[in-house]
Amino acid sequence: MTTAAEPGQEVGKGRLRKEDARLITGRTRWTDNMSLPGMLHMAMLRSPMAHARITNIDTSEARQMPGVLAVVTGADLADSQGSLPCAWPITEDMKSPDAPSMAVNQVNFAGEVVAAVVARSAAEAADALEGIDVDYDELPVVLDMAEAIKDDADLVHPDLGTNSSATWIFDSAEAGTGGSVDEAIGSAEVVVERTFRQQRLIPAFMEPRSIVVDPTGEQVTMWSATQVPHILRLMLAMTLGVPEHKVRVIAPDVGGGFGGKLQVTPEEVITFLLAQKLGRPVKYTETRSESLASAHHGRDQLQKLTVAARRDGTVTGLKVELLADMGAYLRLVTPGVPILGAFMYNAIYKIPAYHFACTNVFTTKTPTDAYRGAGRPEATFAIERMMDELANELGMDPLELREKNWIKHEEFPYTTVSTLTYDSGNYEAATARAKELFDYDGLRREQAERRQRGDSVQLGIGISTFTEMCGLAPSRVLGSLSYGAGGWEYGAIRMLPTGKVEVITGSSAHGQGHETAWSQIVADKLGVPFEDVEVLHGDTQSSPRGLDTYGSRSLTVGAMAVLSAADKVIEKAKPIAAHMMECSPDDLEFSGGKFTVRGTGTDTGIADIALAVFAAHDLPDGVEPSIDADATFDPENFSFPHGTHLCAAEVDTETGQVRLRSYVAVDDVGKVVNPLIVEGQVHGGLVQGIAQALFEEAVYDESGTLMTGTFADYLVPSAADMPSFTTDRTETPSTTNALGVKGVGEAGTIASTPAVVNAIVDAIRHKGVDDVEMPCTPMRVWQAIQSGAQSAAGPGAEPGGGMGSLDAEGGAR
Amino acid sequence: MRITVTVDGTTYLDEVEPRTLLVQYLRERLGKVGTVVGCDTSNCGACTVHLDGHSVKSCAVLAVQADGCEVTTIEGLARDGQLHPVQRAFHDNHALQCGFCTPGMIMQSIDLLAENSDPDEQAVREGIEGNLCRCTGYQNIVRAVRDAAHEMRPGAGPEAERMNEAEMGTQAGVRRS
Repeated sequence: MTTAAEPGQEVGKGRLRKEDARLITGRTRWTDNMSLPGMLHMAMLRSPMAHARITNIDTSEARQMPGVLAVVTGADLADSQGSLPCAWPITEDMKSPDAPSMAVNQVNFAGEVVAAVVARSAAEAADALEGIDVDYDELPVVLDMAEAIKDDADLVHPDLGTNSSATWIFDSAEAGTGGSVDEAIGSAEVVVERTFRQQRLIPAFMEPRSIVVDPTGEQVTMWSATQVPHILRLMLAMTLGVPEHKVRVIAPDVGGGFGGKLQVTPEEVITFLLAQKLGRPVKYTETRSESLASAHHGRDQLQKLTVAARRDGTVTGLKVELLADMGAYLRLVTPGVPILGAFMYNAIYKIPAYHFACTNVFTTKTPTDAYRGAGRPEATFAIERMMDELANELGMDPLELREKNWIKHEEFPYTTVSTLTYDSGNYEAATARAKELFDYDGLRREQAERRQRGDSVQLGIGISTFTEMCGLAPSRVLGSLSYGAGGWEYGAIRMLPTGKVEVITGSSAHGQGHETAWSQIVADKLGVPFEDVEVLHGDTQSSPRGLDTYGSRSLTVGAMAVLSAADKVIEKAKPIAAHMMECSPDDLEFSGGKFTVRGTGTDTGIADIALAVFAAHDLPDGVEPSIDADATFDPENFSFPHGTHLCAAEVDTETGQVRLRSYVAVDDVGKVVNPLIVEGQVHGGLVQGIAQALFEEAVYDESGTLMTGTFADYLVPSAADMPSFTTDRTETPSTTNALGVKGVGEAGTIASTPAVVNAIVDAIRHKGVDDVEMPCTPMRVWQAIQSGAQSAAGPGAEPGGGMGSLDAEGGAR
Repeated sequence: MRITVTVDGTTYLDEVEPRTLLVQYLRERLGKVGTVVGCDTSNCGACTVHLDGHSVKSCAVLAVQADGCEVTTIEGLARDGQLHPVQRAFHDNHALQCGFCTPGMIMQSIDLLAENSDPDEQAVREGIEGNLCRCTGYQNIVRAVRDAAHEMRPGAGPEAERMNEAEMGTQAGVRRS
C-alpha cells in the first residue's frame, strides 16, 4: 500500500524548472535537430483533392532529379504498410475503413500522402516533388455531417455502405442509474432545447512533427516528436509486423502536443519503411502547412441538448444527441473522443435522468482525434451554455440555478447518473472565492446600469462551474469501453552508489515539467536533495514500459507509480539498514532520508545503504544486492478537478468587437506539487479555450480544401489578443490517490470556452440573442445583434472568421 | 553565392544557394539548431534572431542578405555560462513550457527592450505580437520581459550582447542566486 509523501520541503514549493536550462539557451534536442551520418531527407507529396480516385502516378521525372535516391507511391507500399491503428472500437459493429499510410487507389481528404521522395538534402527532396504527376478522377466530396447520414448521401467509403461509423448510446433508465429522460421531458414544467456547433479546431503545437529513423543498428531506432513513444513502438510492431524488440522509439524534446501528438501517424510509418528499404537514416519534418492540413484535428460536433426542469430550477432530465465528425479515417482514438464526453454532460449537477447518443460520421476531411480535453470541453461547453439558457428561461440568476443543482460538498463521494463516482469537491468554496475576486455583484450592477443607459458597449458576465475527469484511467473502465489498452503507468527508481537517484517514468513530458515535479516528489519521499534526482523518460530503452502522456494522467497515474516504486526502495533498504545497525527491522523508522532505530540516536542514510548494496560485501542472508525497485500503478478511479470561472466581456454593439475585461479562474486541482507549474498550465489552458470561443476554426471550402492552412488564416492568438488572468485555487484533496492530486493539464481549456461565450450572449441577450456560433468573431456578434437571433453561419463563416486576410470567396484580401 | 557572415562571434565564409533562407543556413550549415522553424509564412516568430542588432524572422531573410552582417542567435547570448538577463527572467518567471517558441521569444524581447527600456504590459504584449506561444498563455512571458527590464537597466538590448568580459563583471544583478 502506497503511503502519501511525508510532509517534506519540496512538494508544494514553486520550484523553478530543471528543464529550462537547455531550453532558454538553445541546447535542445528537437527531433529536427538530429543529424546522423549518411542521413537522407524525405518530402511528401499530398493530395490537393479531398475525394478522388488515383488513376495514374508518373514518377519518372522525379527519379531522374539530382540527389534523389527513391520515389515511392502507395502501390509500392501497399503490401508492407498495413493499416494505421484505431485502438478504440466503441461498438461491436463499428465501421472502420482501411487506413493506408500512403493512399493506394483513392484519396479521402486533401492532404493525404500520395507519394514520397527521399533525397540527399531536404531541398532536393522538395524539388523532386515537382517531378511527380498524379492523375485524379474526382469523386463527390462529403463535408456536412447532417447531410452525410441521409439515405441518399454520397459516401466517403462506398464499400462501407454508409457514412455512419457507429452510434454509441448511454441511457440512465437502461443502466439503472436514473430515470427515463423521455418521461422527465414529458412531465417537465420547463423544457429548453438548443443546438450548438463545436467548430473544428487544430491542435497547432508549436513544434512541427518530425521523424528520424535509423535502421543501421540491431534495433531500428525512431526519434519522433510524439506524446506516445511507448504506444508508437507497440503500434509500429503490430501495424508493420516488425518484431517489437527490434524497435526502439525515442521522444526527445517535444515541442508541445495538446493531444495533437497522441497519434501513430502515416509519416512515421512511411519514414520507417523507407529507412528500412534504403538501409540509411531518413529524416522527415513537416512544414506548418502540412501540419495544419494533415495532422489530426479536434472537436467538430453538432450537439443537440434538451434539458427538462421544474419552475423552481430543479433540473429533472438531460438528453444529449450528437453528431461527431471523424473525418476520413479512424485514427488512434478518434471514435472514443466524443464518447469521453458522455460522462461529463451531467457535470457537477444532480441530474436524475440522462440520455446520451452519439453518431460518429465520416466526411472527406482531415481525421479528428484528441485535442486538449478530448470530449470533455465539448460536454462542458454544452452543459454550461444550457445552464445559462435555462436560467434565462426561468428568470433566475445563472449562479443560483447552478447552486440549486450542484452536488453539495457534504454529498461526496457522489455517484453520478453517468456512473462515475466523484471522490471529492467543494463547488461552494470555489464559487465563493471566484465571486469575491471577480466582484460579481458589482459587475452585475454595472451591467444593469449600462443596459438601462443604452450604452453602445454592453457588459456580459459569463459563468462556467466546470468539472472534468482526468487521470486516464482505471484499466477496468477502459476495458468496459472497449479501449484497446489499459490505463496504468510505470515508474522505477535506481539508487546509484553515490546516493544519487535516477527516476524512470513511463509518462512522456512535452512541456509539462515532469522532470521538476517528479524530482520534488522523490526528493521528499526518499529524503534526498532535489538536485540529486534525475528523471529519465521518453525512450523505450531507458523507460521500458509506459502508456505515455495525455488526458491529464501524468501526475495522478505516472507520479503515483514513481511514488510506489520509492516505497518499495524503502522496504528493500530496511532489512539492510537493520543489518548494518544490528537491530530488528521492526525497530526502524524512515524519515528525512534516514533509517533511525526507534528511541535511539542511531541512524543510517539511504545513500549509505545504496553504497553498501553496491559493494555487497556484507548483506543479510538471502537479500539481493540491490534496492532498486519498479512499480506499475493502475488507478482505482479518475480524479475530478473542478472550478469556477467568471468572465466579464464588453461587447461593442456597433462593431461586434468583444473585449475580455476580466477573467477569474478559481481551480481546485487537489494537492499541488508545484504551484508555479500549475498556474502556468491554467494560463495556457485558458488561452486555448478562449481561442476556441473567439478566434480559431478549421474552415473548408466547398471542394473540401482547408482554407485555414497557414498561421495567417488559422488564428492562434498572440499576446496582444489576450488579457491577464486572475487565478486562484481552492484545495480539496483527491481521495483516490495517495498524493491527493487531481491533474491540471486540461482544466483551463475545458472551463474557459463556455465562460466566454456565456459572457458574450449575456451582454447582448436583451437584443434577442440566445447564441452566437463559435468562433464569436466581430462579424458574427454584430450579425447576431442585427438579426436578434441565433446567428446562422452567414458572414463570418469564412476562413479567418471575418477577421481579415481572406474574403468569403477564399481569395486573399 | 559567396557570403561572409559573423554568427555568435565567429566569422564564416561560405558558398550558398541564392534561395537558401538564413534560418536554413544557420541550422543546416552552421549547426545552430537552437534557432527553430515553426511555420512557413513568417507568422510564428520561432526563428527570430538578431541581424546587426535588430530582430528579424530568419525564415524571411535570405542567407545572402546577411552577407557582411553580424548575426546573434539564442546560442550566442549567454557568455561563459552567464545567462542574458532576459534568459534568466524567462526561467525565473516560468515563462516557458515546451520551450519551442522560447529562443525566438527571447530574441524578440531583447529587441523590444532595446527600443523601450520600461514597457508597460500592453507595450510588451504588442512588442511580442509576432511571436506565437501555444503553451504559456503569455502571462508569464509578459511578466518575464518586464522583470528583465528592471534587471537590465541601464544598457539593455543589443548593446548588452556585445559586452566584453570587463563590462560583464560590472553588470550587477544580471544573475540572481
